Amino acid sequence: MYNRLPEAEQALALAPVIVTINGKAVQCREGDSVAAALLAAGLNECRDTAVKDVPRGPFCLMGICYDCLVMIDDQPNQQGCMIPVRSGMKIERQHGAREVQA
Amino acid sequence: MTEHAHAAPVIIIGGGLHGSSTALHLARAGVHALVLEKNYIARHASGVNAGGVRTLSRHLAEVPLSLASREIWLKIQDWVDDDCGFDQNGQMRIAEDEADVATLRARLQTMHDHGYTHEEWLDADEVRSIVPAITPSIQGGLIVRADGSADPYRTTRAFRFKAQSLGARVIEGIQVQQLQRSAGQWQVQTDQGLFTAPVLVNCAGAWADKIAAQMGEPVPLDPVGPMMLVTTAMPHFLDPVVLGTGRPLSFKQRVNGTVLIGGGRLAYVDRERDWSELDFRQLAQGARTVCDLFPHMKQAIISRGWAGIEAQMPDGIPVIGPSSTEQDLYHAFGFSAHGFQMGPIVGKITADLITTGQTDLPITPFSIARFQTGAPFLTQEHFHG
Amino acid sequence: MITTMKCDLLVVGAGPAGLAAATTAAQQGISTILLDEQAAPGGQIYRAITSTPIRERKILGDDYWHGESLLEPFKHSGAQYIPGATVWAVAQMTVADATQGFEVGYSVAGEARMLHAKQIVLATGAQERPFPIPGWTLPGVITAGAAQILLKSSGMVPGKGTVLAGCGPLLYLIAWQYLNAGIKVDALLDTTPPGRLGKALPHVWGFLTSPYLFKGLKLLREVKAQVRIVKGVTSLEALAGPAPNDQTLQSVRFTAGGQTETLAVSQLLLHQGVIPNINLAQAVGVEQQWNELLLCWEPKVDLWGGTNVSSVSIAGDGGGIAGALAAEHRGRLSALQVAHQLGKITAAQRDAASVAPRAALARAVQGREFFDTLYQAPEQFRLPTGDTIVCRCEEITAGQVRETVSLGCPGPNQMKSFLRCGMGPCQGRFCSVTVTELIAQERNVTPQEVGHYRLRFPTKPLTLGELAALPQTDDSKKAVIRLKKPV
Repeated sequence: MYNRLPEAEQALALAPVIVTINGKAVQCREGDSVAAALLAAGLNECRDTAVKDVPRGPFCLMGICYDCLVMIDDQPNQQGCMIPVRSGMKIERQHGAREVQA
Repeated sequence: MTEHAHAAPVIIIGGGLHGSSTALHLARAGVHALVLEKNYIARHASGVNAGGVRTLSRHLAEVPLSLASREIWLKIQDWVDDDCGFDQNGQMRIAEDEADVATLRARLQTMHDHGYTHEEWLDADEVRSIVPAITPSIQGGLIVRADGSADPYRTTRAFRFKAQSLGARVIEGIQVQQLQRSAGQWQVQTDQGLFTAPVLVNCAGAWADKIAAQMGEPVPLDPVGPMMLVTTAMPHFLDPVVLGTGRPLSFKQRVNGTVLIGGGRLAYVDRERDWSELDFRQLAQGARTVCDLFPHMKQAIISRGWAGIEAQMPDGIPVIGPSSTEQDLYHAFGFSAHGFQMGPIVGKITADLITTGQTDLPITPFSIARFQTGAPFLTQEHFHG
Repeated sequence: MITTMKCDLLVVGAGPAGLAAATTAAQQGISTILLDEQAAPGGQIYRAITSTPIRERKILGDDYWHGESLLEPFKHSGAQYIPGATVWAVAQMTVADATQGFEVGYSVAGEARMLHAKQIVLATGAQERPFPIPGWTLPGVITAGAAQILLKSSGMVPGKGTVLAGCGPLLYLIAWQYLNAGIKVDALLDTTPPGRLGKALPHVWGFLTSPYLFKGLKLLREVKAQVRIVKGVTSLEALAGPAPNDQTLQSVRFTAGGQTETLAVSQLLLHQGVIPNINLAQAVGVEQQWNELLLCWEPKVDLWGGTNVSSVSIAGDGGGIAGALAAEHRGRLSALQVAHQLGKITAAQRDAASVAPRAALARAVQGREFFDTLYQAPEQFRLPTGDTIVCRCEEITAGQVRETVSLGCPGPNQMKSFLRCGMGPCQGRFCSVTVTELIAQERNVTPQEVGHYRLRFPTKPLTLGELAALPQTDDSKKAVIRLKKPV
């Protein structure tokens, strides 16, 4: 679980960005990455791996480990740490090798 | 190394699939060849190709060899104690438009005219039922259901290790510098000393022309770098390997879910420095072809690209068979884009030539001598299949 | 349709080296473009410096806020800045028109583009060294660098049950920053081997006369006073929950001074130094060498950051770890050399202008050898065994890698073919040094001899759709595909 310092909490309170994470509405601070929003919501896990189907979560937060892959707005394999939250964004856990929709 | 270890009954230059296969077949006949490899086994074309095990779409001259090689593939586990990742999900060549349909129909006719029935026509519905993910506008295709694909690196290694287990020797990281014949022996000067053998085999891939030139039978070999892309793992959507007709494409999904995209577009290669630079505008063209045919692939993630350094001959078929200038010298090179499946049989052909002086497979079209006469060795019919 | 941009100098990376290089070059009148992956400048060390919610300067400290000094000059320099841009290819030989220089493929918001540049300065910086302990892939385990990013970018701090582990000044820095924010971690498990100070002492003179000394000691003292520090940690394991299918971090087990202890944790922050991010440099053809002290691959660069590839130079930690201050001076030096190579200044003018940055660089690297020796990542944390994951992407274990060496796999590229090690989307960033060292250990040869992954484009994954939509030139549309199939 990660907590926001007072300054960040205040910014969130002033202008919350509302996303859904696995169906649940969550308030985030504008400027947070999807990965940061997940961690602030108490979620360490964001996906299950393709090879052994084990859970993974954000690791490096700088865009090079590819462990923070999530489904965003039904698109798979999105790097959570490189994408800022946006109002109405749908964030979902990614399972295994994701089906790519036509 | 002792004097004894520097001599061998046969020296094979090049430790790719063809060199390793030759070593295996010789070893099975009790002849313990020595393979000299300048990098490591399967470093170049043999380790990085698309792994297509296909009899489909072969140059007419290659068809009998390819069909014979398939017999080995079907029992590959018995030959090399490894299944080589071979799976038989078929190879299909698709027709995107009417021009493609005409091309494939003509091709099929040529096959039938020569008594070959391994290639079958598929109408559009049949293509779509075998490959549901393909664009609905597909017009048809040709298929060989008994074709498939395997793991190129694993296959080459399997041949190498089986050959070694039967007495062949392999030295890696050794560079051949000079070749000379004297008193019935090949003197192979390397950066690790002199090696001798009565028989020499040139399996040096993209560098084989250098050997041919030293032997006074130069060949117009072009070292090329066909590019490949691979994606991250995706859920299974494709069984057969899919080849293009009017637009170049080779498209396959492996068991682990990753998708291999080839097609023969070329990188820049420098064979002296083992260096390649991918041409990403060309890769973009290939990507467009894939996305047109398999629309869901737009979101596939490319995690890697590469290019092997391979030997291409101007008539699109390899050089196989005895030297035209020297005794006891045999060639097997020039296979770019079509050598993997033939590896098992070409090694047997070369081994048979060495041990018995003949082979029952028709190798005349592959003779190195074809580059010396003024007239083309092959008729137009051979080119247009 | 975006028109293809042109410039004389492309700088890749907007950390201190890249910002300084782009600023200096643009000030010399060179048309300069700065591409960076992140949404705002600063790289990783000055991450979020223009947007951090943390206004209270004492929390992040002066060294962080020093980064601001790079921003104004850059803004006014005339260099063009493109944020959110991921470079995935640099072409030299396959370009349509060689007089335009390099063709660089990059993506912004999922759209692939190209630009032309005559010169390139790579300032892609550093990354966390892999820290392969059992359980390092469990959700809940992140790098200390990642924790810093959360702090800087989002003003987020870890909650209850947080342990820092590893070695190197960054662990103490982040513990100190947390203290400034009112957060105390449960423990800092320091893996620096006890005898190491003795080994580092011969270099201490450099450290004693360096600017790091007083800052460092003060910081250390404050952290030691308030946070439980366990020194000489010889083993570390991140453990999942007791339930068989509970696969998230629950505790950390460690040994120090012969005693083993287990702490319940929800967050484990790992760090054992940083290494250069070499992927783009290597794909462009820059020769790499193994750094025996820092135990990592680094590009071979000259005094100006020049490499064996003509018109490609490297500035900052991407060319060898030397820290943020050194990075900005190296950035300025490479820009001066670029200015000279483009004919804007003479060699004499370049040399005169380089006097100050060189002196500053010398001061900035004073004391590094002491730190680098002291905080060299210990062997057992670089050379895992058994089921410890080595390749995170493909889930390959140390045992598999070691066994494969004995089966006749002498190098990392064969390892890729055999095990898929290094073939995942991180493109070897988190396993390359581990694999090189494991193979070297198993074969009893040097890492230099073992070599590294052969990397090609794309240096960052991109979608097939992005690549497909790349703008085409007439030449490329007409290009003959020479590899023909029989019809």
